[in-house]
Amino acid sequence: MPVASDNPRLTTQVNGGDTLITLAGNWTTADDDSTAAAPAIAALFNRQELKAIAFDSSRLGRWDSSLLVYLSAVSLAAAPRSIRVDDGGIPLAARRLLALLPQTANAPATPPRRPIMVERLGLRAIAQWDELLAVTVLVGGQVLQAGAAILGRARMRRVDFLGCMYDAGIAALPMVALVNVLVGAILAFVGAIELRRFGADIYIANLVGLAQVREMAAVMTAIVMSGRTGGAYAAEIASMQGSDELDALRVLGIPVQDYLVLPRVLALTLMTPILYLYGSAIGILGGFAVAVSMLNISPALFMAQTRSAVTMHEVGFGLTKSIAFGALIALAGCRIGLKAGRSATDVGHAATSAVVVSIIGIIMLDAVFAVCANALNI
Amino acid sequence: MDQQPKEPVLQVQGLAIGYGEHSVQHDVSFDVKPGSIFAIMGPSGCGKSTLLKALIGLLRPTAGVVHFGHQDYWSLDQAQRDDLGRCFGVLFQGGALWSSMTAEQNVALPMQMFTQLDAAAIDALVQLKLSLVGLDCGRASMPADLSGGMRQRVGLARALALDPRILFLDEPSAGLDPIASRRFDDLVLQLRDGFGVTVVMVSHELPSLFGICDDGVFLDAETRTVIAHGAPTALRDSSDNPTVHAFMQRARTAGDEAPVSSP
Repeated sequence: MPVASDNPRLTTQVNGGDTLITLAGNWTTADDDSTAAAPAIAALFNRQELKAIAFDSSRLGRWDSSLLVYLSAVSLAAAPRSIRVDDGGIPLAARRLLALLPQTANAPATPPRRPIMVERLGLRAIAQWDELLAVTVLVGGQVLQAGAAILGRARMRRVDFLGCMYDAGIAALPMVALVNVLVGAILAFVGAIELRRFGADIYIANLVGLAQVREMAAVMTAIVMSGRTGGAYAAEIASMQGSDELDALRVLGIPVQDYLVLPRVLALTLMTPILYLYGSAIGILGGFAVAVSMLNISPALFMAQTRSAVTMHEVGFGLTKSIAFGALIALAGCRIGLKAGRSATDVGHAATSAVVVSIIGIIMLDAVFAVCANALNI
Repeated sequence: MDQQPKEPVLQVQGLAIGYGEHSVQHDVSFDVKPGSIFAIMGPSGCGKSTLLKALIGLLRPTAGVVHFGHQDYWSLDQAQRDDLGRCFGVLFQGGALWSSMTAEQNVALPMQMFTQLDAAAIDALVQLKLSLVGLDCGRASMPADLSGGMRQRVGLARALALDPRILFLDEPSAGLDPIASRRFDDLVLQLRDGFGVTVVMVSHELPSLFGICDDGVFLDAETRTVIAHGAPTALRDSSDNPTVHAFMQRARTAGDEAPVSSP
């Protein structure tokens, strides 16, 4: 008894235990919704007395993978119930391709069990502890290597070190200058309005000088450096990871710590304080320009007032902070690059998290410095 | 599917390719007949892969024409080239899989972008293609976690994603062991017979060339042009050009003394 199906491309003729499936029309991904065939398969195998399936493709038009999807679904469904599938009616080319397919369905991959809340918390804590250990090892190793480098015994090439110094130093000058001159000018603007009300115009020099030297130059320079250099370190090392370059170094016995991390950490730790000095000076210059043009202060007076307000103590304090910031940025960038995954997305994540970690670290470290300075009356 | 037009699917005439002033190959002409497995042969560095780039639209040739059917590929505008390019499947050297997607997602992406199929249908097709290329495990793995041979197979499955008419393979057996390489060759043959695709293959692996290619061109590195046409086996048996002969026989050319390893 022929069974009409509402799918014109697929007619099923049942004759006792034998079933003849007639394929007609085009079976291509372009003019097809392959899912339409799925209920037809289910209906076909619902019948208990089904013994054999044969095909007729004499009216079949163009076909591609979508026909194969249907045919392989039929033969996979037939296999466990030992229903005979006669593929003689299928085009020869399709038969060849079907022969390439596995005869049994692949066991669907069981999704890994999602750990419960307590397990996740525990895993998280263990991961954090491991990370802490790794960072400790990295920092300790870098301190020792820096000592070795001073004695000329580290496996670091001078050319890499100079390249890193150039990148973290001279190449950063324009950006550091721009940011600091604007910060100095903004401080002067904000201060000028308030101080003029009290007739304390001259203290604009103290405001700009102290703020710039103690806080702003160090923090702003560090933030600029974490964006342009810390992120670059992380991205560079992460993409070296992706292309097996780190493995190539390890196999040659070149320690990654010496060759890649040390020059970067040393360069940034040395260059950030220098950039800080430059940033302080140029920030005061920005404040100077605003003060002289907006307030009734002569250039000479501003300079003299600045000199008396900003002592060497203040400069030393800012310098110490910027050394710590530089080391922090370089270590965070290198560490995050080293532990990054291998895909293109991982490189992006590494760069982002290096910048985020550095900036948060800078602000936190700055707070620690402020508290310490307050307690010690520096 | 079984009736194939007799005219060539791909016709290259007087093609010159190069980067800027630097010419890589010139006066390259050949026809690729439908259903054939066409080899672009030649020594390392002769410009095989560069020629392939000119065929798949990545590098504009400095002279000459590339015809796909009746269409002059490089005279089309970008949108028309993209449309035509959808009938190409390309397997890049080493697979060039998207590293941040799983094997399955790599194969699914072209279908998601260029067909109207729903997710279930796409998944069925993805599983089919991965089964066709013989990838039975690691379908949900990231490319970095797959072996070279598996990556190559995923690359082939991705090249087959849109049921291409022409399949371009760049050094398909590079980095595979002899057995894996042989199985890959068989796979290409079976896919050619099954889907009726035309295969253009860049290779310098002699076993692959002799095993499956039925036509080809030989590019010379010295004269920077085609020095022989024909099936690799025919070139091996009857070419009297010394360079071709040496390449096919794996022999040293004159002036290339034994202990001196050639680059």
